[in-house]
Amino acid sequence: MRHDHLITSKQLSRDDVEAVLDRAAEIDADPAAVADRHAGRLLGLLFFEPSTRTKMSFETAMKRLGGDVVDMGSVESSSVKKGETLADTVRVIEGYADALVLRHPRQGAATMASEFVDVPLLNAGDGAGHHPTQTLLDLYTIRQNAGLEDLTIGIMGDLKYGRTVHSLAYALANFDAHQHFISPESLQLPREVVFDLHQQGGGGQIREHDSLSEVLPSLDVLYVTRIQRERFPDESEYQKVAGEYRIDTETLETASDDLTVMHPLPRVDEIAPEIDDTDYAAYFEQAHNGVPVRMAILDLLLEGGENDE
Amino acid sequence: MSEESTPDDHELRVSKIRDGTVIDHVRGGQALNVLAIVGIDGSEGEEVSVGMNVPSDRLARKDIVKVEGRELSQDEVDVLSLIAPDATINIVREFEVEEKHRVEPPETVEGVLSCPNPGCITTGDEPVDSRFEVLEDGVRCDFCGTIVREGIADLIET
Ligand SMILES: [Zn+2]
Repeated sequence: MRHDHLITSKQLSRDDVEAVLDRAAEIDADPAAVADRHAGRLLGLLFFEPSTRTKMSFETAMKRLGGDVVDMGSVESSSVKKGETLADTVRVIEGYADALVLRHPRQGAATMASEFVDVPLLNAGDGAGHHPTQTLLDLYTIRQNAGLEDLTIGIMGDLKYGRTVHSLAYALANFDAHQHFISPESLQLPREVVFDLHQQGGGGQIREHDSLSEVLPSLDVLYVTRIQRERFPDESEYQKVAGEYRIDTETLETASDDLTVMHPLPRVDEIAPEIDDTDYAAYFEQAHNGVPVRMAILDLLLEGGENDE
Repeated sequence: MSEESTPDDHELRVSKIRDGTVIDHVRGGQALNVLAIVGIDGSEGEEVSVGMNVPSDRLARKDIVKVEGRELSQDEVDVLSLIAPDATINIVREFEVEEKHRVEPPETVEGVLSCPNPGCITTGDEPVDSRFEVLEDGVRCDFCGTIVREGIADLIET
């Protein structure tokens, strides 16, 4: 990657994405080869809201590269509680670590923080904003299962609030993928995201639907996200909608045999457990891919292109 | 053709200035926002005349702002374009219009507008100026990505 920081999937060109995925594949094939690669280096974990899995995934990735992590700990026990600004926090922790991972409840937090530090900063989620490492592991999983060339993907569920969906859509526009967005009307993609996708030139490949059935047979990948109960004013509205966007073996009767079903997890009941043992299911594989992909990202950012020589 | 050379009844209601800036062809009702953008509130003792909703050939109704003893910088003029895209800027010296500019939108505006997204990092206590990219038909927060197309004047930081 040409970048010092990883803030949003929008900053990634097709070449950038491919560089990460190729590196992840190399690491996946021979993890022992990189076991000491970043010995002695430290990754600073700054999680201003809890996300055990993302945090553990970064921690595992750094340790498997021979490095270690320093953890700010919970916000309750840190100086943030005393009113310290994020700008001050990152400038302090920058002094301890070779790279930083930031998860923060406010949108734009990673962009701002990156302007205060010289070490690489990775955005691990900023409010409703971006989550680019999730996107890269999604792309890695898609490439493994269906390939990124001439891809037809259905992205279904809460498209309005789902930042993983927005990031993924931006990245897929680089690959001219046919993207079908399936959601209840109230949870459609934000118009700003649609605007961006058109700006990026991927607009011609985008369709929006309120039902899965018409597009399902044409899909290579179905990416399911959780519809959050708390987005609905009352429970009955939620129940009405949630059922329509639930996947089981019956739903998938008209699907291609090669369909890959993905989900960023955690799921509630969007995907019936009976799917887990079918060839469709790729969501646990997707979660496991978080480690090699984050190893690749850390490796590329920590090297800063030095190994190109 | 300077505004001084074509006086009509309406313009004469706003007095001539000796040295300073005349901002003409501001959209009706935006004059006070123009002053807010250039940071003029009269507290520095500037002599300011404002004509609001005066009839105009180019716009149905226009506002006009005259500031004595102050020449606007290009940066200030650029920012004006966000709320007064049709404005003309006349720099007056010794009662003569010495320079005439049309406003032109800048690529970004910093520290001028506050982001309307309450979840945006710039709305907290962080030591960072707001920053907006200027789009063809609006502005977009560089930090959270929020796009604003209407009511931009309401976002002016005071
Ligand atoms: Zn913002």
